[in-house]
Amino acid sequence: MPSLDDLKKRIKSVKSTQKITKAMKMVAAAKLRKAQENAEKGRPYSKKMENIILNLTKSINDPENAPKLLVGTGKDKTYLCVVLTADRGLCGGFNSNICKLAKVNFKKIINEGKELKIITVGSKGLDQIKREYGKYLIKKFSFKDKKQISFNEAQIIGNEIIDLFNQSAFDKCILFYNNFKNVITQIPQAQQIIPATNESLEKNKENSFSYEFEPDEDEILDDLLPKNISTQIFKAFLENAASEQGSRMTAMDNATRNAGDLVDKLTINYNRSRQASITKELIEIISGAESL
Amino acid sequence: MKENFLVEIISPDSSVFKSETTEVTIPSFEGQMGILKDHVPLITFLRPGVIIVKHDKGEVKFFTEEGTVEFVQNNLLILSSTARTFDNLKKENIENIIKNTQELLDKDNINDKEKYLLSYKIDTLKEIN
Repeated sequence: MPSLDDLKKRIKSVKSTQKITKAMKMVAAAKLRKAQENAEKGRPYSKKMENIILNLTKSINDPENAPKLLVGTGKDKTYLCVVLTADRGLCGGFNSNICKLAKVNFKKIINEGKELKIITVGSKGLDQIKREYGKYLIKKFSFKDKKQISFNEAQIIGNEIIDLFNQSAFDKCILFYNNFKNVITQIPQAQQIIPATNESLEKNKENSFSYEFEPDEDEILDDLLPKNISTQIFKAFLENAASEQGSRMTAMDNATRNAGDLVDKLTINYNRSRQASITKELIEIISGAESL
Repeated sequence: MKENFLVEIISPDSSVFKSETTEVTIPSFEGQMGILKDHVPLITFLRPGVIIVKHDKGEVKFFTEEGTVEFVQNNLLILSSTARTFDNLKKENIENIIKNTQELLDKDNINDKEKYLLSYKIDTLKEIN
């Protein structure tokens, strides 16, 4: 049985932990509102961009000569996986969920006998992945010192990926990030960005218009496809930022509640042992008086 | 008004501008292009220049460095990560931008297309200034 002093100290320490988690929850809630707004504002851009590419794809007459960024290299040998995570922890399963999904995919790629290359963005993902898959890592990014991630950062990564693609360093590129659904649900996602044609694009092939192209399809695609990659990365950034804050808020809310429960339990313990010691003292006094 | 159509300028982090308009002039890659209602469906991209949106009460101008334009069913969509109003542009010190761009232009290792884009950027900025 711990002494009264020990219990008192523990209650105090749990209470101060609770204060910290509560403060973190408040901060996350405030940041979440902004991040969520940004994510929602950013969605039209990437969606419209996808639409335009879809429309362009439909009007390409000669698929064999289409840009490789759109239709792929025709091979299926080397995979580049870009894992986007946060730079900070204490946000529940946010980082681990992304890494878990990524690792499942890594395993699959390796089991199929294909080559794997990894780029990590954010230090938390790097920590988790380098233990097992360190030898596949080719590049790591971290924007820890940036307060707000802007389109420029997405462009830096986009350009890096395109450079690698032009050197034929990989055939397919997959992006891993958390999609922000609402505050308590974030869905880890694997999105293929190179080649750009994918199922969702294939699905809605109806209502086509005959577009006029200025200058011509190929040149527009050459300009648009690299931009689309940066856009998709930026979208992933925004979704990730919102998810991180949402996830942290929920995690810290839980922590605060748990700390509250713990304080209650400890207080009962404390009161009980205080009462026990009082009773003990009384018994001692009474039995002392009786023996006289 | 029957002659109106919808124009929307979207940047990656927000919707910059959305309004009804009668005529929009865009700096298309191959030259200035005016768009009126019932234009044929069009996809093109931009070089540095000025987007002019005209409506009943006057006109609004935006500076842009690049962008992609889609016109379909009387909806004009301009996707650009660099579109901004002149007021916002002036806050950024145009002379500095011109100087930096000039430095880029003076480098030897740029190709014709980049040269073309950069020189347009300088010309436009000088005009605005």
